Amino acid sequence: MAYEIVKRPHVENFVRWSKFKPEVVVLSADLTSSCEVGKFRDTFPERFFSFGLGEQNMLGFAGGLAREGFEPWIHTFAVFIYRRPLDQLEMSVAYPNLRVRMVGFLPGITTPGGVTHQAIDDVNVLRGIPNMTILETGDATEVESVLDVAHEVDGPVYIRMLRGEISRIFPKNEVMEFNTARILSTGTDVTVLSSGISTEEALRAIPALQEHGVSVQHLHISTLKPFTDPRVIESLKSNKYGVITMENHSVIGGLGSAVADLIAEHGIGKKLIKIGLKDTYAHGASQKYLLHKYGMSARNLIEATEKLMDKNLKISEEELSQTRVIDVHSTAKAEAL
Amino acid sequence: MSITKASTQTDIDQIASMAHGIRHRVLEHTVKNNGGYLSQACSAAEILSCLYTKLVNLAPLASPLEPRDFVNVPSKNFTEYITGAEFHGEKGPALDRLFISPAHYALVIYAALIETGRLTEKSLEKFNKDGTTVEMIGAEHSPGFETTTGSLSQALSQAGGVALARKLRGESGKTWIFMSDGEFQEGQTWEALAAISFHNLSNVRVIVDVNRNQVDGPMEKVMSIEPLTERIKSFGWDVEKIDGNDINQILAAGSTFQDKPKVILGYTDPAKGIEILKDRPDALHYVRFANPFEKIKYNNFLKAWK
Repeated sequence: MAYEIVKRPHVENFVRWSKFKPEVVVLSADLTSSCEVGKFRDTFPERFFSFGLGEQNMLGFAGGLAREGFEPWIHTFAVFIYRRPLDQLEMSVAYPNLRVRMVGFLPGITTPGGVTHQAIDDVNVLRGIPNMTILETGDATEVESVLDVAHEVDGPVYIRMLRGEISRIFPKNEVMEFNTARILSTGTDVTVLSSGISTEEALRAIPALQEHGVSVQHLHISTLKPFTDPRVIESLKSNKYGVITMENHSVIGGLGSAVADLIAEHGIGKKLIKIGLKDTYAHGASQKYLLHKYGMSARNLIEATEKLMDKNLKISEEELSQTRVIDVHSTAKAEAL
Repeated sequence: MSITKASTQTDIDQIASMAHGIRHRVLEHTVKNNGGYLSQACSAAEILSCLYTKLVNLAPLASPLEPRDFVNVPSKNFTEYITGAEFHGEKGPALDRLFISPAHYALVIYAALIETGRLTEKSLEKFNKDGTTVEMIGAEHSPGFETTTGSLSQALSQAGGVALARKLRGESGKTWIFMSDGEFQEGQTWEALAAISFHNLSNVRVIVDVNRNQVDGPMEKVMSIEPLTERIKSFGWDVEKIDGNDINQILAAGSTFQDKPKVILGYTDPAKGIEILKDRPDALHYVRFANPFEKIKYNNFLKAWK
């Protein structure tokens, strides 16, 4: 399936969106253009604050600004939000339930920057923090509409954000909705729940599965916490063979674990296969390579389905929809890591 | 350099008596409960008395407030959460704010609030008792606290954010932060010093109780932070080093400013006023009596104290 490719949608969208929201300020730790807020800085310099390489202090400043009625939007790489300054995130932002928006770029294996730049356990770490809301974007429409969703939350929000060249999978007017899964297909054999970039990967495999007679129910998840959507609970019940989760994250503590909680809490008693990083760090390489290397690709969804159904579906590589290959050096990619 | 006109000898006597009151209340509490953060009262009594009476422009309270019972932590489902800043009075654009950074000073802060008529006398009876906000290590619902800084060195950044917000709104009031010297071992403190200076938050005032002691003992044996004056100055701050137990020096340093953020380093005596603390080994962070004889010794000292 060929999707429209949108180049750096956050750049213009964030400027447009924040224009008449004077309370919105941006805090940056030396990754301004890399996080696509260079245009915001140049358009609204009085609402842009540079903190250099000092995320612990930046989280504290964000807390202070939020206490005074401003709405700080921290823009940096995800790893620098939840790893180094975790204590500050908890005590200066999460405990007081402040309206700080933490926009985390380079979720999972979306960067060739290697282990230091790949946020593979962020959802796991942050899901355990009281008061936190966790959102994840899966396409250009969600990158655009996640702003409104986060803006409405009375408390801290962490966003797994995409940058650069992004597919538009969902129509521009079908915006992200808080704690509401998108039902992408209905079916009765297996339920697939995917989030972030894993949804595009799942969408390569699902048409082939359907061609081979598998009835697939597919839900795209964009709110990872809270995780109480009745559509999700219903989908976990209504399948013959079981549930597969697919996420750009460790299989521990992310979407798969959240689904496991629901299955157990609701006494649903279905098998669950979690596709994601299997309790391992990754390394620096292309997204396509890493998806294959770590078993997070469309092919792995086929295999998981076969395992649940105990059946060889004999789906060839040609039957999977084309992988979109992003040129690491494309002009839409921010120049620096 | 001039002391504010209001600081007459009567004022200074009053501050001295308040400082004595803080030490007396904390010692009394320590003897009664067989332990307490006693040394911090000795070192910081004059600094806190000066802050609450002369230096920080806080709105007065009609009468001392009762500490609240604990109900819940902040969340979007608990909108009635009230911070301990209510003990600092109503906020206002021209008024100052005071952030207490070392939350382990809670007992001393509560004593200071009682001495300055902001907290009821009986409140210390609730200290560290289940279900109250008069917690051992203050959280932001505890009297006098506005941030949760038991994990040290986080208040300066948060107060920096408040000061930045106030600057954006054009408010004239200052933002004060009371800190302990151990917090200058944390990297975040230096990040915050750099950021407050870089963003020209010239209405920020920091006053530090440099008592040169921490949990493991004297700071020069644990991790030296000197030369503190030169280090902070090199970050673009106005720095003044004073005797932190000398009321005249505190008032003078707290009343004279350049057009930049200022740190006042009050070098203090961690046994000031209760010299028998010097008989203890190098462990002043939390005073717990080693044996019944030591307790009797402190009790006798208390009884003999006027």
